[in-house]
Amino acid sequence: MKLAYWMYAGPAHIGTLRIASSFKNVHAIMHAPLGDDYFNVMRSMLERERNFTPVTASVVDRHVLARGSQEKVVDNITRKDQEEHPDLIILTPTCTSSILQEDLQNFVERAQLDAKGDVMLADVNHYRVNELQAADRTLQQIVQFYIEKARKKGELPEGKTEKPSVNIIGISTLGFHNQHDCTELKRLMADLGLEVNAVIPEGASVHELKNLPRAWFNLCPYRELGLATAKYLEEQFGTPCVDITPMGVVETARCIRKIQQVINAQGADVDYEEFINNQTLYVSQAAWFSRSIDCQNLTGKKAVVFGDSTHAAAMTKILSREMGIHVVWAGTYCKYDADWFREQVSEYCDEVIITEDHGAIGDAIARVEPSAIFGTQMERHVGKRLDIPCGVIAAPIHIQNFPIGYKPFMGYEGTNQVADLVYNSFTLGMEDHLLEIFGGHDTKEVITKGISAESDLSWTKDGLAELNKIPGFVRGKVKRNTEKFARERGIGNINAEVLYAAKEAVGA
Amino acid sequence: MTVAESQALTFDCETGNYHTFCPISCVAWLYQKIEDSFFLVIGTKTCGYFLQNAMGVMIFAEPRYAMAELEEGDISAKLNDYEELKRLCTQIKRDRNPSVIVWIGTCTTEIIKMDLEGLAPKLEAELGIPIVVARANGLDYAFTQGEDTVLAAMAARCPDKAPVAQTEKEERGLSKLLNFGKKKEEIVQEESEYVAHPPLVLFGSLPDPVVTQLTLELKKQGIKVSGWLPAKRFTELPVLEEGYYVCGVNPFLSRTATTLMRRRKCKLIGAPFPIGPDGTRAWVEKICSVFNITPKGLDEREAKIWEGLEDYVKLIRGKSVFFMGDNLLEISLARFLVRCGMTVQEIGIPYMDKRYQAAELSMLEQACKDMGLPLPSIVEKPDNYNQIQRINERKPDLVITGMAHANPLEARGINTKWSVEFTFAQIHGFSNARDILELVTRPLRRNNNLKDLGWDKLVKEAHV
Repeated sequence: MKLAYWMYAGPAHIGTLRIASSFKNVHAIMHAPLGDDYFNVMRSMLERERNFTPVTASVVDRHVLARGSQEKVVDNITRKDQEEHPDLIILTPTCTSSILQEDLQNFVERAQLDAKGDVMLADVNHYRVNELQAADRTLQQIVQFYIEKARKKGELPEGKTEKPSVNIIGISTLGFHNQHDCTELKRLMADLGLEVNAVIPEGASVHELKNLPRAWFNLCPYRELGLATAKYLEEQFGTPCVDITPMGVVETARCIRKIQQVINAQGADVDYEEFINNQTLYVSQAAWFSRSIDCQNLTGKKAVVFGDSTHAAAMTKILSREMGIHVVWAGTYCKYDADWFREQVSEYCDEVIITEDHGAIGDAIARVEPSAIFGTQMERHVGKRLDIPCGVIAAPIHIQNFPIGYKPFMGYEGTNQVADLVYNSFTLGMEDHLLEIFGGHDTKEVITKGISAESDLSWTKDGLAELNKIPGFVRGKVKRNTEKFARERGIGNINAEVLYAAKEAVGA
Repeated sequence: MTVAESQALTFDCETGNYHTFCPISCVAWLYQKIEDSFFLVIGTKTCGYFLQNAMGVMIFAEPRYAMAELEEGDISAKLNDYEELKRLCTQIKRDRNPSVIVWIGTCTTEIIKMDLEGLAPKLEAELGIPIVVARANGLDYAFTQGEDTVLAAMAARCPDKAPVAQTEKEERGLSKLLNFGKKKEEIVQEESEYVAHPPLVLFGSLPDPVVTQLTLELKKQGIKVSGWLPAKRFTELPVLEEGYYVCGVNPFLSRTATTLMRRRKCKLIGAPFPIGPDGTRAWVEKICSVFNITPKGLDEREAKIWEGLEDYVKLIRGKSVFFMGDNLLEISLARFLVRCGMTVQEIGIPYMDKRYQAAELSMLEQACKDMGLPLPSIVEKPDNYNQIQRINERKPDLVITGMAHANPLEARGINTKWSVEFTFAQIHGFSNARDILELVTRPLRRNNNLKDLGWDKLVKEAHV
């Protein structure tokens, strides 16, 4: 057992449902107790979805516990098949159903006898994989299912498209800024003269999947979702995969060069250098931004980065390489992919942290006191408590991270958005401090900066008054140093004298 | 399903394929209500994910609840449940020092048959901290029923004797000597405001302001509320002696009511619930009648409240409403809305305890007759898919529903109100009737503002 009240990645079935609900006309049926259909609320709320989320539950209740699901699951599948005529129904196990160990595969086979659409069991183990791994796996499973189906029927199209073309793999429901990234990537492909053969899973029909082999290459913008599918397509059809996330100026260029290499190897004759140069210097503002005086002021400022592998790695590189910001530590909660992450960011930060424990991350932030945090919603709240600005760069996210305005993180417009995000985070912090230095609104009580432990020391009135005179941005540090000083000397009450004694002791 | 006017309420039962919150959500309001408690939900990532997302920003406020997240070793019994729980509860005791730890059993603990009720007393003795077990799982219960399971478990912890000796001793002490005259006078005066009646304990978790309002409402009739289950602190749970009277304030508390009657030998006052001015009045009247008190001034009080509501009632009079059903408040809310002149097309409800809600049901029937409105059909364990077909047919003016269906219905030009808000808003007593209508009329008022824009249907194909 583990004591926890916050998790970065959701349970496995959420990943499967994200894939199912991204496709057009695919329905998911969860084998789950009442109340586990919370996914529908999230989709309807966060994405402000106009349509009913195509997810229903085959409810596991006392009767199911006593006698097994028997006909229930099969009936629910065939009923949904008649009501909505989906192309595919995915039976989704949950943590509850995986302990029941019912033969769900058997239900699927029986339901398939009556159902007009296809029926499939999502192959994920709840106690082994999380939301992201399950999503990756489910997408691969669906693609494989339809490729094999087409192959059996002899409907698999031969050869590649006439012009160089690409499959964009990994755009999904409830993904962080996925919709905007998708638009930006399509635009980038158009600028490069590439046809988009397919985008999966978002908005795709399962009938299109047999056309996937026609693309010249696959683009996997996200580390977490799509690589299993790309790997499968590479094994089956030799389709090369470009898995460089085009986020940030340098990485976008690297991604485009890789695309150039991949398609030239197949007989295209393209040279994107001119395009990259033009975009970098004149179209995207990010390169100019990093040269401007504003960005100079950010030099050596401390930041920390935490998120999923894709965004945390890309962000770390942007901050360090493109803006000269000092990334004290970078971390990810994708523990299963830790080696890749380490390899990506090691040279761009002092320390790499791999953990799923939000408490450890909170403490690590409090310890280094960065000028800005780039993290998830959890880090944003840590930042609030510590008075440190935070830019949100990865899921888990709230409704405000599903903006209606166009805000991609990828491609050249993405570099502009990221530059704004970084700059706004830092300036807001600076403004705040300047206000405090010049006595702008210094009526706040001093708050404890520790995340977990309560302080065992008390401050006297005059001690607090002195502490309040210290500018906000160093106050936390002074407070902690003083408390450390007091603790070492066994002083219980901290007054003004102790504070100054501590200050002298550290030679400040 | 016909809309034809029937003579009595009709009860249907569908498939139970409906959306509601998992009952473990009760920790969200109960940990806030019971200030010295700590809620430990023993479940999986799925439970945690639900809580984390459903609680929204509350999660960041260092709440006094946590997950005991079960891992593969727990499921396969490679790890010892008792040792694991002991380790976690020791940590909780050390970090938070609560007066009670409430274990919330989940679907998983049910399926693997973890004997929480058996483990708790042992661990309680070892740690020296009360451990209350509530099995609020999605296999058996819906949403607000979670509170019912917790309160039923708490009922067993209420002291069974008032600590008489101690209060007297204290009063004889120094403090009494110091302000002797004044204090005595106050006490006498205070007691004289009440009629002599057997002790009354109310059950149901309500925000403190509402507790005060309802307590004062009864005080006006000379009725003293001896205690509330739950109280603000676990250490202040009310005394429950045999023969005490108890009365519920919420419609979803049937297990608690049963426990109070059977285990604690209390007498249950079966009243409608104090939701809406009509409900509040009937609730007070019923309690008065049990104690042989003639209620004073309730006519004027109710009339005055209705007068104050008129601007809102005007907006909904003659309109129709459809409850999809997810929190068990539906019968009471429907009854109040009928009194407001709304036609109720359907009352979906997760679970219908006809005995515990008897007074409320007959009041609903009476309201429909008085207002000359058709009796609604009550659909237990509704099927959301079928309900949406019925909504498409009958085009209600307002659908009260969960968040999963609200946006899709709005996009199809149907006004919706999110049902969960009724569980978190203050809706009890005379003075909060306005808040109910504030919620009910909000979509109508909003859409009135937008109606000239012609943006009713915002989906391309109208297929549902």
